[in-house]
Amino acid sequence: MTGAQFLFYALGLATVMGGLGVVLSRNVVHSALALLLSLIAVAGIYVLLYAEFLALVQVLIYGGAIVILLLFVLMLTRSGESPLVLDNPQKPVALVVSLLFMAIAIVSFFLTRWKLAQAPRGVDFSVLGGSLFQDWVLPFEVASLVLLVALMGAIIIARESPQ
Amino acid sequence: MTFEDAYRLSPELILGFFAILIVLLDLGVRRKGWLAALTLVGLGASAAWTAVLTAGGWQGTALGDTLAVDNFSLFFKFLFLGAAALVVLASTGYSIRFARFQGEYYALVLTSAAGMMLMASGRELITLYISLELTSLSLYALAGFLKDPRSNEASLKYLLLGAISSAVLLYGMALLLGLTGETHLDAIANALGRMPGANYPVLFLGIIFIVTGFGFKIAAVPFQMWVPDVYEGSPTPVTAYLSVASKAAGFAITLRVFTLALGGPREAADWSLIFAILAVASMTLGNILAIPQANIKRMLGYSSIAQAGYLMVGLATLSDLGRSGIIFFLASYAFTNLGAFIAVIAISHRIDSDLISDYAGMAHRSPLLAGALTFCLISLVGIPPTAGFIAKVYLFNAAVQQGLAWLVIIAVVNSVISAYYYLGVVKAMFMGTPLSLERVTAVRPALAALAVATVGVLVVGILPEPLISIAQAVGRSLIP
Repeated sequence: MTGAQFLFYALGLATVMGGLGVVLSRNVVHSALALLLSLIAVAGIYVLLYAEFLALVQVLIYGGAIVILLLFVLMLTRSGESPLVLDNPQKPVALVVSLLFMAIAIVSFFLTRWKLAQAPRGVDFSVLGGSLFQDWVLPFEVASLVLLVALMGAIIIARESPQ
Repeated sequence: MTFEDAYRLSPELILGFFAILIVLLDLGVRRKGWLAALTLVGLGASAAWTAVLTAGGWQGTALGDTLAVDNFSLFFKFLFLGAAALVVLASTGYSIRFARFQGEYYALVLTSAAGMMLMASGRELITLYISLELTSLSLYALAGFLKDPRSNEASLKYLLLGAISSAVLLYGMALLLGLTGETHLDAIANALGRMPGANYPVLFLGIIFIVTGFGFKIAAVPFQMWVPDVYEGSPTPVTAYLSVASKAAGFAITLRVFTLALGGPREAADWSLIFAILAVASMTLGNILAIPQANIKRMLGYSSIAQAGYLMVGLATLSDLGRSGIIFFLASYAFTNLGAFIAVIAISHRIDSDLISDYAGMAHRSPLLAGALTFCLISLVGIPPTAGFIAKVYLFNAAVQQGLAWLVIIAVVNSVISAYYYLGVVKAMFMGTPLSLERVTAVRPALAALAVATVGVLVVGILPEPLISIAQAVGRSLIP
């Protein structure tokens, strides 16, 4: 096993552990912290893939802004004080289905000859920016409209009832 | 972005511009009726520009091959703009229930229309995905506009289930990207043509995930769990919009992705079988569960699941005729279902109930609305002289020609079952004793929208040839 492979598996494990922590933890604040672990580990995987810019953005926006915002919301609404159990009786069925899916996915992934990147290397930030605003300008700009809609939708859903 | 790119993107740009303009004007405008008028101006301007693109020979690709302007996308742009315009017309009168959020309502209708237009035009997975998100997020918010417990539940349910389905869709797209290294649909098709056979299991997994994601949008069984509650809880104009435009957008993106990127013989054989199975499940379950419904919005929700089943018969055919059948069916379904919903909006708004039993004797209280609703329900069953009849004959004929007679037999049996609950409403309206003798009327814009829809149903039912030739041209343009 090379060093990069070892790092990849370690980061993958951290991501999965964080994800499990989010779902299984009984305290919402613990869930938020587990989410942080998961997101930072994903940033590490981006570094291994030579995607430094994406890793930076991941740490800044997801690891930083979003988790902090989440924690603030939990503190200000005091929903963190009450431990929540959001499970329902479908839990065993869900477990079986998930494990079955995992088995199918793992078997078919190992059978597959994936298309590998030739000589991976980092992309210059200026090249990345140019590509974002030339080749990918349509999804990039639509994303800004999506954010606007999400903002309006959040306000409408969160507003108080007229009654 | 060159001048040509901006020119080709203008129908969507205009909608985005008007959406933001309406939100800003909402701050100062007292008479909210102006906002509805402005929304119609925006939709009209976008339609005019789409007409310019159609007539001026602007067909082609734009913005780094992410956007296609072809007959297929132009047709769907007209469809979405028309549906949005009828929904906006039908919302006047109803929209006072939205209190001080009317501006946002119209703006979200515009942004979702823009998203749907991009869903029909995208040639590339990332663009398609983000367009789908634009549409969905607008619709999640629109579902919650009434702010009563049912509407909140509709919005939340739609949001949560939609987020899961969109995650599954993204997983499927990621598998396609991993196999081919491409996100452009035609490049994916090229790469899949050279793919070694050992990779097929993962491709199959990807196909299933993408079917799941799109199946949620078109409300196919077994991805239909959200439909009854969301249709019932949403404001009725939004329900109409969901059942017509959102479903059509789902079929547009399905047709584009599956015929363009996954059109290889081996993949096509598999996904056409998947869609045939989903068609049987959707038709049967939708129709059977529609029978016991007491709420007309829930009933029309199950009916829209069944209609999605008929439409998927077209996906299973894998032929030009089947694809043009879907186009024709979607157009006539848009007229029919919008007509039915506009009548329901007008009646339910006045009697403040969605129960079919409260529609008793409606033919005496409002002959016009009851007559129009009856005509549209007849079209949903598929009885001549309506658009629904021609659409079913066209689509089922395409399926028989591809040797799918078994599927057509199931579909015809289902049409007969559906007559029971559609005509149950008609029976209540004409034979039932009215609960009161108070007249039921609708505001003028809603009546105008109702007239457009029902005349559309009638004209397509009597003179289908022009729409058939359009549908054939549109269906052919999908495969270059």
